[in-house]
Amino acid sequence: MPTATPTVPDIHGRFGAYGGRFVPETLMYALRQLTEQYDAARNDPEFQKQFDYYLKHYVGRPSPLFFAERLTKQAGGARIYLKREDLNHTGAHKINNSMGQALLTKRMGKPRVIAETGAGQHGVATATAAALFGLQCQVYMGEEDVRRQKLNVFRMKALGAEVVTVTSGSRTLRDAINEAMRDWMATVERTHYIIGSVVGPHPFPGMVRDFQSVIGTETKEQCLKQLGRLPDVVVACVGGGSNAAGMFYPFIGEHDVELVGVEAGGRGPTTGDHAATLNFGKPGVLHGTFSYVLQDTDGQTAPVHSVSAGLDYPAVGPEHSYWKDSGRVRYTHVSDANALEGFALCSKLEGILPALETAHAVVEALRIAAQRSHDDAVVICFSGRGDKDCFEVARLLGQSID
Amino acid sequence: MDELFANLKSQRRKAFIPFLTAGDPDLDTTARLVQECARRGASLVEIGFPYSDPIADGSVVQASYTRALDKGLRIADIFAAVRKWQASVPLVAMVSYSLVHFRGPHEFVHEAEEAGFSGAIVPDLPIEEAAELAETCKEHEFKLIQLVTPTTPRERAERIARLSTGFLYCVSVVGITGERAQIPAELFEQLRWLRTTTSLPLCAGFGISKPEHAALLRDHADGIIVGSAIVRRLERIGAADQAIAEIGELVESLVKTVNAG
Repeated sequence: MPTATPTVPDIHGRFGAYGGRFVPETLMYALRQLTEQYDAARNDPEFQKQFDYYLKHYVGRPSPLFFAERLTKQAGGARIYLKREDLNHTGAHKINNSMGQALLTKRMGKPRVIAETGAGQHGVATATAAALFGLQCQVYMGEEDVRRQKLNVFRMKALGAEVVTVTSGSRTLRDAINEAMRDWMATVERTHYIIGSVVGPHPFPGMVRDFQSVIGTETKEQCLKQLGRLPDVVVACVGGGSNAAGMFYPFIGEHDVELVGVEAGGRGPTTGDHAATLNFGKPGVLHGTFSYVLQDTDGQTAPVHSVSAGLDYPAVGPEHSYWKDSGRVRYTHVSDANALEGFALCSKLEGILPALETAHAVVEALRIAAQRSHDDAVVICFSGRGDKDCFEVARLLGQSID
Repeated sequence: MDELFANLKSQRRKAFIPFLTAGDPDLDTTARLVQECARRGASLVEIGFPYSDPIADGSVVQASYTRALDKGLRIADIFAAVRKWQASVPLVAMVSYSLVHFRGPHEFVHEAEEAGFSGAIVPDLPIEEAAELAETCKEHEFKLIQLVTPTTPRERAERIARLSTGFLYCVSVVGITGERAQIPAELFEQLRWLRTTTSLPLCAGFGISKPEHAALLRDHADGIIVGSAIVRRLERIGAADQAIAEIGELVESLVKTVNAG
């Protein structure tokens, strides 16, 4: 098994065996253009300066690294720290990527952005960046999700975005991606597609990781300052895998730091009951990239389930597949029921409502901390706040909010 | 397939290539449609393999795929059915790479060839990723038809043409399959240029829905591919007999148009 290095992807967009471009020829021109433009931007100090400026003054970075004393006491072992991405403007890590790509859109001189969204967080983040920079914005969202996430639909509309209801296929996130790709193919001259995770064809997985890696870079600095050393374990939830990629990437070369990705275990290991792609899937192609995917026995994309709308994606970013096969990152899963317990525990002990996605990471971090000594430090990538999930949690607990 | 295009050329005729989704509304109807298309003068038929997430296809084709999959269609059913058809015209599989990869390129080509397919179009497999499948197809003398688009740079189009066998699929619009109002001028220019760089037959498709489109293209291409305009009729008409007759008439009128003048 080859060692994972941070020097990926290569010029073909490969992370080891994974990644690449599995798209119609119609998109190759757009992807080549985007790759060139992003490479130029990445190496332009002025672009970096702009990005840093907006992250600091608009998003509110750096986000704090907070010592969670009561969660630590509850686990009875290692000290637990929270990297507070929930404190970012719009309430999650998603805004880091949307700001980066919106700035790139401006640099490319394109007046319009499109995005896909499942739970609505990436749609809200993109609508926000589009409003800030005066870009036209259309967000594709599956009909099922539009129904389930009324609040975020309203937020996007308030921000000036148009929400396009997708009625094809399964009417969820993966169909929203299919429709956004189609839109992009026909409008690429004036439109940039702000994809929301480390998925899709090259250059998206590496580009989104780069924009999100501010999370891991800050965490490293903060650990050195607050702990005097790097953490022993870093834990993040994985759906498509953007918060985890952004957190893990700066740690890939730090071999003493254990990295743990947590997928949605849902109701159990039966196909259709979970979204734990790296735990139960196998390599295949979806949405233009080669990575682990969840498929049925005939090669069709399998249905997925999670209590958390942000984790129920039937594939995962190709770099995670690379990290899994190389053994650099361990990927495990946490069930719906345990995630709900984590949500309640974290809220009561720390006064912080975690997003249900984040609650998966909290549960695994508690398990890990319990088996380690107090000298050890475990960092949770606290990817988002839980306000958006209150209706769903209340419903599951048999309570009514309105 | 090479023979087919050679014959057409010597007769100064153009190929007409309809696209049909396998299993929409069911495989028996697909069989009858293939027969009807051949009877009405189609030279070759593209058979779409239903896939859950077809990013290279337009909404009409995806809806057709979804209908077929909702009825429980499996890929093995398509191979089994095609084996029985003994179609009188060559059949080409239109299939997303995801489905090919799931079976493995070697196994897929083996099964497809054994069932009676002459070749395949894998619309989401650009040349950078196509080496393994191209090699396998070569061993089996199974055609792997590649696509060029109006935005493909010339140097790249030459590489694509070199890797393609059977014919070259010239995408006529920027975007995905679907019916368009007009044919872009760049396409004519591109077809003229391609003619000077490859000896492969040039077939134009994506967005051709009307006899007028076919008429405009007939002097520039060796064949015309029509998909969504046919599949749309399957969606609108419930009774199979009526659908078959109507599609047959459309095919006949398009065959006449591409061979007029």
